[in-house]
Amino acid sequence: MPETTTRALDGAADVRDAGGRRVSGVSIRLDAVTKRFPGQDAAAVDAVSLEIPAGELVAFVGPSGCGKTTLLKMLNRLVEPTSGTIHLGDEDATTQDPDQLRRRIGYVIQAGGLFPHMSVATNIALVPRMLGWEKARVEQRVDELLDLVGLDPGAYRGRYPRELSGGQQQRVGVARALAADPPVLLMDEPFGAVDPITRQRLQDELLQIQAELGKTIVVVTHDIDEAVKLGDRIVVFDTGARVVQYDTPEAILADPAEQYVADFVGAGASLKALTLTRVDDVQLASVSTARVGEDAPAVVARARAAGDDDVVVLDGRDRPVAWPSLAELAQVAAVPSTVDERLPVVGERATLNDALDTMLAASQGGAVVTGRRERYQGVVVIETVMDAIQRTRTATSG
Amino acid sequence: MVDYVADRADQIAAQTLQHASLVLQCVALGTLLAVGVAVLVQRSPRGRAAANAVSAVGLTIPSFALLGVLLAPFGFGVTPAVLAVTFYAALPVLRNAVVGLTGVDRTLVESARGIGMSRTATLLRVELPLAWPVILAGVRTSTQMVMGIAAIAAYVLGPGLGGFIFTGLSRLGGANALYSTLTGTLAIVLLALVVDLLLVLAGRLTTSRGIRA
Repeated sequence: MPETTTRALDGAADVRDAGGRRVSGVSIRLDAVTKRFPGQDAAAVDAVSLEIPAGELVAFVGPSGCGKTTLLKMLNRLVEPTSGTIHLGDEDATTQDPDQLRRRIGYVIQAGGLFPHMSVATNIALVPRMLGWEKARVEQRVDELLDLVGLDPGAYRGRYPRELSGGQQQRVGVARALAADPPVLLMDEPFGAVDPITRQRLQDELLQIQAELGKTIVVVTHDIDEAVKLGDRIVVFDTGARVVQYDTPEAILADPAEQYVADFVGAGASLKALTLTRVDDVQLASVSTARVGEDAPAVVARARAAGDDDVVVLDGRDRPVAWPSLAELAQVAAVPSTVDERLPVVGERATLNDALDTMLAASQGGAVVTGRRERYQGVVVIETVMDAIQRTRTATSG
Repeated sequence: MVDYVADRADQIAAQTLQHASLVLQCVALGTLLAVGVAVLVQRSPRGRAAANAVSAVGLTIPSFALLGVLLAPFGFGVTPAVLAVTFYAALPVLRNAVVGLTGVDRTLVESARGIGMSRTATLLRVELPLAWPVILAGVRTSTQMVMGIAAIAAYVLGPGLGGFIFTGLSRLGGANALYSTLTGTLAIVLLALVVDLLLVLAGRLTTSRGIRA
C-alpha cells in the first residue's frame, strides 16, 4: 500500500469493544454537516451532528427525500458538504483527496452496482489494484472475499454479473466493497432490489460478516424492520435530515421520542418481540446430521436411535444442503448430494420474524440455522417461536 | 473483363490497398475525433443536441460539393481527400458515441466514483467500454459510407479505386471504359464486405463477454 497520511484509516490492530467483539472499524463524527443544493430554499441536510462508534452498525431510516442518502453520500464525499466537518477516526475527511478517501471506504449500492463488462474477480479486484497491490495478493484476496460472502471462488471468480442472481450480485457487491479491508462500509438501500427471502438471507450474512470483521457500517434504508434487525443503533430522520431519535432498536421501539417516531415504527407492540429476538437468543433444537455420501442405512439407524424423524444433510464445509425425512433416506443407499433449493435456512442473527417467514414460505414447521460461513448450528422449530410470542404477550398484558 | 482485370492485376491490387488505407486511416482518425468530442459534450444536454445536429446536418452536405470547396485552399491531392473522408467518417461515430455514452447507467458511474475511481479512470474503464458496442456500430456504418465517398475523392486526385471509376466515366463509349468503371465499383464493394467482416470480428474480440448480445 502506498504511504499516505492516513494512518487511522489503514487496517487497525486487533481491537475489541466492551462486548468482546473484534473491531476493525473507526468512529465517524459529524459536526454541523449541512448540504444546500443550488436553487432549493430548504437545506437537504441541515446542520446534522452525529457520532457513530467504531465497529457498530448504524441504520439510517426515514421517509424518502428526508436527506438520509445525501448524508450518507457526504461521508464519502460523493456529495460535497456545504459546511460542517466529517471525521473518520482522527482524520478530517473533508480535507482529503476524494478519490483516495473513497478507496478506503467501502461503498455498496442497490443491486451491487457491479460493472457488467468485468468478471466477478475483476470487479472485486478494482480497489486493491488501484491501491497498487501485487497481483498474487489481489488474487488471494478475491478468493478470500468470495469465500466470506458464501460464493465458491472456483465457480464464481470468472463469471460475469449477468450470469449471477440478484442475491449473488449483491454478495459480490459487498465483497468488492470489503476488498481493501476498509474500516468503514457505507450501504445505500443495499437489499432493495431482491425478493424478501433473499433479502433476509443477505441481511443474515451481513450480520455474520459484521460479527466477524467489526467494521463501522452505515446502512440507509426506508424499511424500519430492516433497521431494527441490522442496526446496533438506529437514526430516525425527518426532513432536512433532522435527527429525531438516535438510539438502540429496543429503545426506539419501546420508547419513541416523538409521535413521528411512533408513527414511523408502526403498531403491533407484542409482535415486536419477534423482530427484537434473534434466533440465537432462543433454544435451538438439535437434530441428527449426516454427511453427503455417507451410508444411508447407518444414518437412518443412528437417527432412529436418537429419536429423530429427519436428518439435516451437511456438505464438506458443514453447510446444510437438505433436510430429508428418514422415510426418504431409507430408499437410497448413500446420502445424496442434491441441494434442496427450497430448504428453509436462517442465519443465527436472523430475527424470529424472519424464521417464521422462512418456515411459512417453505411450508415447514422449522428452519435450519446457520452461523458463520453458513455452517450448520441447529434447527429452530415453530413451537419455539410460538412460545416466544406467548411469553411477550403475557409479559405486556401482565 | 477477365482479361482487363488480369492485365491490370497489379495496378488494381495497389489501388485497392490505397483505397483501404485511405478509408481505414480516415475512419480511425474520425473515430478518435468523434469519441473525443462526444466525451466533451455528453454531460450537457445542450452539447448533446449540438452534436446530434452537426452529425445530422453534416451528412446532408454532398461529398462532391465539400471536395470542391476544399480544393480552393488545399489544391488537388491527398489533403482534401483525407479531410473530406475524415469529416464524413466522424459523423456517424459522433452520433453513436453520444448515444452510447448517454446510455451508460448513471448508477454505475456513481458506483465507480464511489469506490474511488478518478474521473478519467471512470471514463476509460467503465463508460467507454460499456458504450463500445454502440460506438463500434457507428464505426461500421461510417466505414461502409466512406468507402463510397473515398471513391469520389479520386475527383480531387486522391488515392484509391475511384480512379478506375472516373477514368471509365470520362471515356464512356471508349475501349475498356465500362470495364474500368465496373472494376472500380466491384472492387470497392468487395473491399467494403471484407472490411465489415473484419470489424464484426474486431467487435467480438474487443467487447467484453459480460455485455455481448
